[in-house]
Amino acid sequence: MSKRFRIRLLWLLVPVSAVVLAFGVSSLVLIAIGENPISAFRSMFRYGSQQNSLVSTVNRAVPLYVAGLAVAIGFKMNLFNIGVEGQYRLAALLSAAAGAAVVLPAPLHVAFIMLVAMAVGAGWAGIAGVLKVKRGVHEVVSTIMLNSIATGVTAYLLANYLRKPRVGSELLLATHPIPASGQLPPLAVIGGEELRSFVLIAVALGVLVYVLIWRTRFGYDLRASGINPDAARASGADPNRMILTTMLISGAIAGLIGMGDLFGFFHAYTLDFPVGLGFDGIAVALVGLNHPVGIAIAAMVFSWVDRAAQILDLEGVPKEVIIITKGVIILSVVIAYEVVRRLVQAQEVKNAAEETRRLEEREEAVAA
Amino acid sequence: MSWGGGDTALAQATQGRRLEARRMLFLLGWVIILLSAVRWATGAPDLTSSGTYGASLRLAVPILLAGLGGLYAERTGVVNIGLEGMMILGTWFGAWGGVQFGPWWGVVLGITGGMLGGLVHAVATITFGVNQIVSGVAINILAAGVARFLSVIAFTGHGGGATQSPQVTSSLPRLTVPVLAGGKFFGWQSPDVLGWLEQKHWYLLSDTSAMFRGFMVDLSILTVITLLLVPGTYLFLWRTRLGLRMRSAGENPWAAESLGVRVYTMKYLGVLISGALAGLAGAFLVLEAAGIYREGQTGGRGFIGLAAMIFGNWRPSGVAAAAGLFGYADALNLRSADAVHALLLFVGISLTALGIWYLYRRRFTGGVVSVLIGGLVFLWFAVTDAVPDQFIFITPYVATLVVLAVASQRLRMPTYDGIPFRKGEQIS
Repeated sequence: MSKRFRIRLLWLLVPVSAVVLAFGVSSLVLIAIGENPISAFRSMFRYGSQQNSLVSTVNRAVPLYVAGLAVAIGFKMNLFNIGVEGQYRLAALLSAAAGAAVVLPAPLHVAFIMLVAMAVGAGWAGIAGVLKVKRGVHEVVSTIMLNSIATGVTAYLLANYLRKPRVGSELLLATHPIPASGQLPPLAVIGGEELRSFVLIAVALGVLVYVLIWRTRFGYDLRASGINPDAARASGADPNRMILTTMLISGAIAGLIGMGDLFGFFHAYTLDFPVGLGFDGIAVALVGLNHPVGIAIAAMVFSWVDRAAQILDLEGVPKEVIIITKGVIILSVVIAYEVVRRLVQAQEVKNAAEETRRLEEREEAVAA
Repeated sequence: MSWGGGDTALAQATQGRRLEARRMLFLLGWVIILLSAVRWATGAPDLTSSGTYGASLRLAVPILLAGLGGLYAERTGVVNIGLEGMMILGTWFGAWGGVQFGPWWGVVLGITGGMLGGLVHAVATITFGVNQIVSGVAINILAAGVARFLSVIAFTGHGGGATQSPQVTSSLPRLTVPVLAGGKFFGWQSPDVLGWLEQKHWYLLSDTSAMFRGFMVDLSILTVITLLLVPGTYLFLWRTRLGLRMRSAGENPWAAESLGVRVYTMKYLGVLISGALAGLAGAFLVLEAAGIYREGQTGGRGFIGLAAMIFGNWRPSGVAAAAGLFGYADALNLRSADAVHALLLFVGISLTALGIWYLYRRRFTGGVVSVLIGGLVFLWFAVTDAVPDQFIFITPYVATLVVLAVASQRLRMPTYDGIPFRKGEQIS
């Protein structure tokens, strides 16, 4: 086994053992409240492996995945975009309203809505970027503030300007519906559940992010800035420009989080849009090691656990136990990563020292 | 360093503090006088009524507690984004303790719940060196989940449900100051001097009495404790040996370590106190504000507390002033739409005055921007007759962003705030 491979294996071991640990802790909790964990998990697996459950898992994993990508691109350079939630909600509202207001042929209509969403998300994140670059305001603080401001602004805009007039006794606050040209038909219907086509766009987005981070000059500068900002600056990466660009890209991706729901299900912005996706995205990015493939797996795991747990209520087991499961995964993963990171770093320092010594010995031998 | 140099530094610090005190007094006077004038001109009595001040205080207490919580953690160099989660734990444990054993146990368990959250944050960030933002976010997610799960187990079928507890009847002592505000004194109903003055609606005199009366009537004992925590925190962190050591862990942990300060212990202490205060804030919300635990009850107050801490420049008096401001905006919003609208006039005049001051001091950009915004707010006041309540909701956040953007060079956070400390591994 090569050293490189061993290190990779070590990294991979972390999330796997975290999941095992999390199920262990959840079992203990279940035992503590007098439930049988084995029968609970067995019914979860039985329900979770049904066709419609799997399709639903994919559908629900997509927004988590996109949110994870948005967060990860910032994390890669130690830029904490905590504001993904606000960027997503504001983008979903404004793009839904814009999509309902225009008439365009089908593919253009969808593209237009996505462009609006990306622009809104990028613009909202850009405020934090500009504040950091121009005024030195830490992005964590500004994005937290911007999240709350976004909540107020979306509520205000929806209630006063963008809502569709109420019909009859209908209570739901919603924007005008987007016409069929601005919707995406399901990719397939499996087991009575629609597989949304937005999953294809999400996959493409993941590939794009991968290429951007690992195969371009920008991505190299981004990763270098994350590991060693001084070295990155010395190699010609302008830190301010990097911060601003990264924030804009992260916000643009965050704008797309709600698109799967918008194109495939709601066809309008309503108050029923899922809350907290931005924060779940942070969790998914952490567990997925900021890599598109890792994030995809993490999103699938979280989404599957959510879906499979629905059966627990029928069994008389409180399904909220899975929130504990997820929490333990997140916390143990971040701690374990830190420990592994330090182990790997110590090993690398040792390797480098050995290498240097060998080189020196050889030079001495040559000199002699 | 020579002794002379030390003396000069000390003298400068004293002078700076005196200047700051003078500035605070000036600001306070400005607020009282102008608010009274606006009240008199617009006829919106709620702008300066004792009821509004009382409500402001009640609404400010959880924000203040969270802000002080943030202060303790960040003074020892640990950023605490997890305040919101610790406050959630405080609400749940406060409610559970209140239902099971009575209100005082609610307070104790609320504090304990918050401290548990703090302990998790401390272990992750201090012992394991996990990124502080990451750990805080994880705690917020975890705390919400734990509260939901515990509610299902403990409250469902016992008069509550997955998202709320049964009613928590509080019987914590309440306090009204005798003579000045009409409290009872050994069973004797004393006169309400300030209340009588307030009823007269005399310019300035009545407004000032209303303010004092608002801070004296029907106070929860938790409110009194919280108010005492403000000078208490100052005395503890700036006037005791332990406080100095805690702050040194946030200013320069490596220097502190070399002088024999146990940096890990100081940081643990800071984060645990932080969690305890956030937990107390949660318990206050349940026991004094709502009388019940509800999911989402904290409503981002942990984050507003964080904002108040930054706004207040990482100092107890500043945190208190910011929390008071946010509480006042909330209270007006709850009590009277007219008063909120009248407040626009106050903001417009204040900004214009600030702009003129800037221009006088030859700071032209700031002056022009200030006058312009002031004029716009004034225009807003003139052409509308109500402010949407969503705008009040976002006020604290916008204010914080503006303060950070305008005055970030005048704010000073602890030097090594947010930077992980590992024994023996100095990062320059």
